Amino acid sequence: MSDTQIEVPIETFPIHKESDPSRRSNRLPPHRIVLGLIGLGLVASAAFFMRWDWLPNYGDLILQGLWRTIWILCVTVFLGFLLAVPLGLAQAAGPAILAIPARAFCTVIRGTPLLVQLWLLYYGLGSLFPQYPWIRGSELWPYLRQAWPYAVLALTLSYAGYEGEVMRGAFASVPKGQLEAARAFGMRRFTIFRRIWLPQAIHRALPTLAGEAVLQLKSTPLVATITVVDLYAVASRVRQDTFLTYEPLLLLAAGYLIITAIIVSLFRRIERLIPSKLG
Amino acid sequence: MMATEAVAVSTDPLQPAVTEQAEAIHVSNLHKRFGALEVLKGVSLTARDGDVVALIGGSGSGKSTFLRCINFLENPTSGVIRINGEEIKMISDGHGGQYPANRRQIERIRSRLGMVFQNFNLWQHMTLIQNVIEVPVHVLGMRRDEAMAIGEQLLERVGLSAKRDVYPAYMSGGQQQRGAIARALAIQPRVMLFDEPTSALDPELVGEVLKVIGDLAKEGRTMLLVTHEMKFAREVASHVMYLHNGIVEEEGTPDELFGSPKSERLKQFIRTVS
Repeated sequence: MSDTQIEVPIETFPIHKESDPSRRSNRLPPHRIVLGLIGLGLVASAAFFMRWDWLPNYGDLILQGLWRTIWILCVTVFLGFLLAVPLGLAQAAGPAILAIPARAFCTVIRGTPLLVQLWLLYYGLGSLFPQYPWIRGSELWPYLRQAWPYAVLALTLSYAGYEGEVMRGAFASVPKGQLEAARAFGMRRFTIFRRIWLPQAIHRALPTLAGEAVLQLKSTPLVATITVVDLYAVASRVRQDTFLTYEPLLLLAAGYLIITAIIVSLFRRIERLIPSKLG
Repeated sequence: MMATEAVAVSTDPLQPAVTEQAEAIHVSNLHKRFGALEVLKGVSLTARDGDVVALIGGSGSGKSTFLRCINFLENPTSGVIRINGEEIKMISDGHGGQYPANRRQIERIRSRLGMVFQNFNLWQHMTLIQNVIEVPVHVLGMRRDEAMAIGEQLLERVGLSAKRDVYPAYMSGGQQQRGAIARALAIQPRVMLFDEPTSALDPELVGEVLKVIGDLAKEGRTMLLVTHEMKFAREVASHVMYLHNGIVEEEGTPDELFGSPKSERLKQFIRTVS
């Protein structure tokens, strides 16, 4: 009798309010209209009272910077997560010979400023490499002499360090019974990891991973300090060229806000593919 | 290889695998020690096809540990275990214990034993039907559509066809346990192992699970059942073992044990639980 009631929440569980048909009506609630108008007013006054005549000259540069920020973010989040899985697994269940280095890595990465890591890699490694002729002669040299590989490496390691810790908790929080059931049915160890342990750990970690991806976005401006021209570097350049203080910064803030909104909605969409309740 | 074997044994997943009275599980002189604590002190058991062996006893008597040793969720400290006539090879670990010599052998044997847990342990990130077809597809190598067909039959049989695409978190305990039984049946097990299958259930949900287990017993499926439900054990079991402090205090047919218990401990145990 209560069966039907139990099943309904999959679609209309409170956290999925947006998809509730009664909320999807075309009529906006009054407070939203007011807030919307205030927002529009702010944008309009900014457009009207401030100077934007420089925009056309920097259009291409802004798009390039935007693109660079986005791909650096995507690549480092992806690679960092790939590294975080073994880092988390080693700490949660690995033998000491793997767990201790993994823990040390996460501690060092989380315990030092990203800016320092970035500079150590770029000015440290980057100035060491040219001293070795075999490196200068290698096929990788055209990349190693540029700045972006160091930026990608530093941001990847940073994300891996933080996420390694998150995944450690996620792996550890999967109930033992879930894995025991898999063992009891004769699953091989790798099959258990692939089919049961990893999926459940990722489900548990998803909300945190979304937040960390947003934080990662806001770490990307640091790459401007090693000459990578991202969105932030473009804004600085505009400020230097035009002596305008606020306009480029406001545009920059709006840009990061929009990317954040996209990240959040992407993760929310992924989370919604998955049942919200795990035992 | 497992898949062909599984198919060869029985083409109908709803029927028990083998009909002649061959030995399914043989355990002799099993010891299990957790540190200084010896939980099992030489327990032996032989279950032939069609046997329903009920293990009863107070908490801490070692009955669950005994069941978990049979599919090596716990490594027995010493003793011989033979399943489907195949003896499990063990290696000494040098500290008085032992571990299985061949992981593949353990995995193969486990995939022929359908385990049902006290806490159901349905995989939370999969719907019910995905739970049921997981092992046939990913361990036994069965084709997905074939596994689906069998899985749907099994769900119908435990009365959960309507819950096919529901996640375990949205099902009652009784439904989850019936789903877990369907999952265990899906591997076409030689023996079903039940580890206190109703102990975590609300009282009003116990009946629906016991009915499913009782039906399995009636059709002659081989089962080992650790339980606190004495009335149920008496009804379905062909053989009852009473464990106390890691040894078999008394065993026999249900009528012998419950009708005329010999030892004072068993008499007292039956008085306290009924």
